[in-house]
Amino acid sequence: MTDAVYEHDLHAYVDGALPEARRLEVEAWLLAHPADAARVKAWSAQNQALHAAFDAVLGEPLPLQLARAARRPSRASPFRAVAALLAMTATGLGGYMIGIHAEQAALAPTHLARDAAIAHAVFSPESRHPVEVDATHAEHLVAWLSKRVGTPLHAPDFSAQGFKLLGGRLLTDEAGPVAQFMYEDRIERRVTLYVRRAATNRQLATFRHATENDVDVFYWIDGDFGYALSGQIGRQAMQQLADAAYHQLTSATRR
Amino acid sequence: MHARPDLTEHLPRLRRYARALTGDAARADDLVQDTLERALAKLDLWQPGSNLRAWLFTLMHNLFVNQIRRQGPHETLLDDALDEPVSGGQMEALAARDIHAALAKLPESQRVILLLVGLEQFSYGEAAEVLGVPVGTVMSRLSRAREHMRHLLAGESPIKLKVVK
Repeated sequence: MTDAVYEHDLHAYVDGALPEARRLEVEAWLLAHPADAARVKAWSAQNQALHAAFDAVLGEPLPLQLARAARRPSRASPFRAVAALLAMTATGLGGYMIGIHAEQAALAPTHLARDAAIAHAVFSPESRHPVEVDATHAEHLVAWLSKRVGTPLHAPDFSAQGFKLLGGRLLTDEAGPVAQFMYEDRIERRVTLYVRRAATNRQLATFRHATENDVDVFYWIDGDFGYALSGQIGRQAMQQLADAAYHQLTSATRR
Repeated sequence: MHARPDLTEHLPRLRRYARALTGDAARADDLVQDTLERALAKLDLWQPGSNLRAWLFTLMHNLFVNQIRRQGPHETLLDDALDEPVSGGQMEALAARDIHAALAKLPESQRVILLLVGLEQFSYGEAAEVLGVPVGTVMSRLSRAREHMRHLLAGESPIKLKVVK
């Protein structure tokens, strides 16, 4: 004899929370009780409609501001403006500190270097999710990031320098969408290339170097876009990579 | 070395829940930001090994409730979602618009439980933990929320009946 089916059983049925035996009993009940079956069907449809309406948020680029906040040390002030000026610790690379200016003028070239260094510090230590799209889908990755950033992008090839493309992710910062490509060498050192729209189209004739709290950043502006290569593999090695990237990217965009 | 938990991996789901809860992208991300700041300030209180995700949602829920108390309900914000353009004939877009509108009409407590269980797929026990109420209360609110939604969705738009199948 089957136990009576109660309201909470119907919800648990919809939510997949019933043990198999009870699930079968509820299913039998629903066959005999069309009014309950209609309600259960409508509730299931609500769950599906919620996913249809909001799951897209999961795939949206992570606002860089939130990615930063997720990594801030616990002494962060509740006052956002103050907190934004506090240093941020990147746990995976040995705890170096990076100063953040979350203020305006984010588009200036110096901010490009700083933002790139922050994004590098946030994502390069990730062991589980260093990239959103991995390099096995390189074509898709480049097409996707190109579409979102709004210019045809090219992921430079650093195989001559011993770095292979790990993948990439889409971020947003004050200037809009940002593409980040990540590379790794045989001993798992990582460098990242940060690409975003530049504020001015004034050219930086060649690339420049900045050190943002131990992260070397080589950056340049080409046309409407700013590029910044960040890493902690020594300035000379970084310069070789930056040379390679600069020459590949400028020749690619001027083809 | 005691590793700090990484909150980054929880961001997408916190953002999804906040978006559905507030109906407004900017307000949702502000809520997520406040939640992260609260979480990092109180991280010492979190028990390693316990459910970090549920804890983060608890913090967000408390912040949200405080906002509502301070500012009053934001029904107009949710109604803004209705102004988003909908390309003609797309059932998915219509369904999304309807669900936005129906969510906006639910009382906060019903909207919260509907989203925690239906969208975020928390177990009833976890949802009770997030809300700080007994499981029995979760079940009765969930029941009211789903019936309320059913009437809202069925009553307002005949097209809904096709989508719901």
